[in-house]
Amino acid sequence: MRHIISIKEFEKEDIDALLDRARAIDAGNYDRHALEDRILGVLFFEPSTRTRMSFEAAMARLGGKSIDMGGVETSSVVKGETLADTVRVVSGYADAIVLRHPKEGAARLATEFSSVPVINAGDGAGQHPSQTLIDLYTIRQAMPIDGTDVGLLGDLRYGRTAHSLAYALTNYDVTIHTLAPESLEMPPNVIEDLRERGVEVVEHTDIAEFAHNLDVMYVTRIQRERFPDMASYYAVASSYRVTPELLSGARERMIVLHPLPRVDEIDPRVDALPHARYFQQARNGIPIRMALLQEVMG
Amino acid sequence: MSEPPKSLQISPIRNGTVIDHIPAGEAFNVLRILGITRATKETLSIATNVASAKAGRKDIVKIENRELKKEEVDRIALIAPQATINIIRNYLVFDKKGVQIPKLLHGVVKCPNPGCISNTNEPIQSRFEVTKKGLHCLYCDWYLTEDIAGHII
Ligand SMILES: Nc1ncnc2c1ncn2[C@@H]1O[C@H](COP(=O)(O)OP(=O)(O)OP(=O)(O)O)[C@@H](O)[C@H]1O
Ligand SMILES: [Mg+2]
Ligand SMILES: [Zn+2]
Repeated sequence: MRHIISIKEFEKEDIDALLDRARAIDAGNYDRHALEDRILGVLFFEPSTRTRMSFEAAMARLGGKSIDMGGVETSSVVKGETLADTVRVVSGYADAIVLRHPKEGAARLATEFSSVPVINAGDGAGQHPSQTLIDLYTIRQAMPIDGTDVGLLGDLRYGRTAHSLAYALTNYDVTIHTLAPESLEMPPNVIEDLRERGVEVVEHTDIAEFAHNLDVMYVTRIQRERFPDMASYYAVASSYRVTPELLSGARERMIVLHPLPRVDEIDPRVDALPHARYFQQARNGIPIRMALLQEVMG
Repeated sequence: MSEPPKSLQISPIRNGTVIDHIPAGEAFNVLRILGITRATKETLSIATNVASAKAGRKDIVKIENRELKKEEVDRIALIAPQATINIIRNYLVFDKKGVQIPKLLHGVVKCPNPGCISNTNEPIQSRFEVTKKGLHCLYCDWYLTEDIAGHII
């Protein structure tokens, strides 16, 4: 039984095979009845409309059905049922479970109690492997991943998507560049880990120098809650904002990604530039999740 | 001039356990691991900061009529990796063993990450693998590197 819990558990060959499968799906090469009679149990313990919709859409495109537990407010969770019990029960109804939970390690726990495959759709500040696969897929649509300079911008301390992507990129021959506001830098142990896995990590302090030497710019959200007041948030947010002016000196093939929703990090005027790939990235959620669902239930 | 006494005599125990070569200052954490936190019926002697031939200062804990369980020894290993466990039978050292930190720790330490699923009411025990970077939580991926004694369950 194959669970999808953390991108760290993927070998390079697994990743490449999945991305290849997604590309075939994107080109229309898939069986619309592949998961007919299959049921996906959708367990979302915190709201995440997009991730949830894209899993349900992916399931529907393969001919399968989804069931869910309704909102957390109406479910047995309010009665104090443990996640372990919920998972045990729902794995008796469904052929796979997709789980979103506020606690880190929740998906790993679920695998201990589930009799069907579990797909982690985000556990707290922890892992969100399908997002990382979407990010890699979007890069690969634009250029081969090997040989790229990938820049991570924004909250690199708490931003789990940036960490997961960085770990996944250690499977490839890339240079990782980082730029983060003070106190939101990538933790030293993560940087050390990345270097141990063989990638070069370059830490930047100048946004223009950062932006002009990249093939991929991965922008993440800087959360207002991390700042003592609005003024200090705006001061930081405005100095890390991606604008057409900033991108005028960028490499021609450079692409801008963002896991969305964005707030102030990317000027809406960037949307019209050929660099902007974040909406395409969001659309890529469907073929990637179709490939994952087939991987665990096919 | 009279000779100072060679050492402060602690009366020997007939049967029990002597935990020797505990790092100086860790004896009380060892007692906590053994569940000895306040008045106890066991005859107990604790020596802290005594001179050790092997390394500077050490602590020693001697408990009458008690042999340690594996879970207890595993926990002691975390804070006193050089400890020697001597089993005393009829006043003599009957058996002497070092301690070894197990590769996997089940329900031994509490995860330092407040957001970890292992710190909730789920029916699981914490699970850590022992690595050179510290104790690695197999649920949330955090590392426990400091104050391990304070996280022992
Ligand atoms: N009957 C006893 N009652 C209390 N303590 C004892 C008794 N017998 C031995 N010990 C203590 O147990 C420890 C181990 O005794 P042992 O005679 O093996 O000493 P050792 O040769 O110094 O051992 P090591 O090489 O482990 O330091 C010592 O700290 C000793 O004081
Ligand atoms: Mg000795
Ligand atoms: Zn943990």
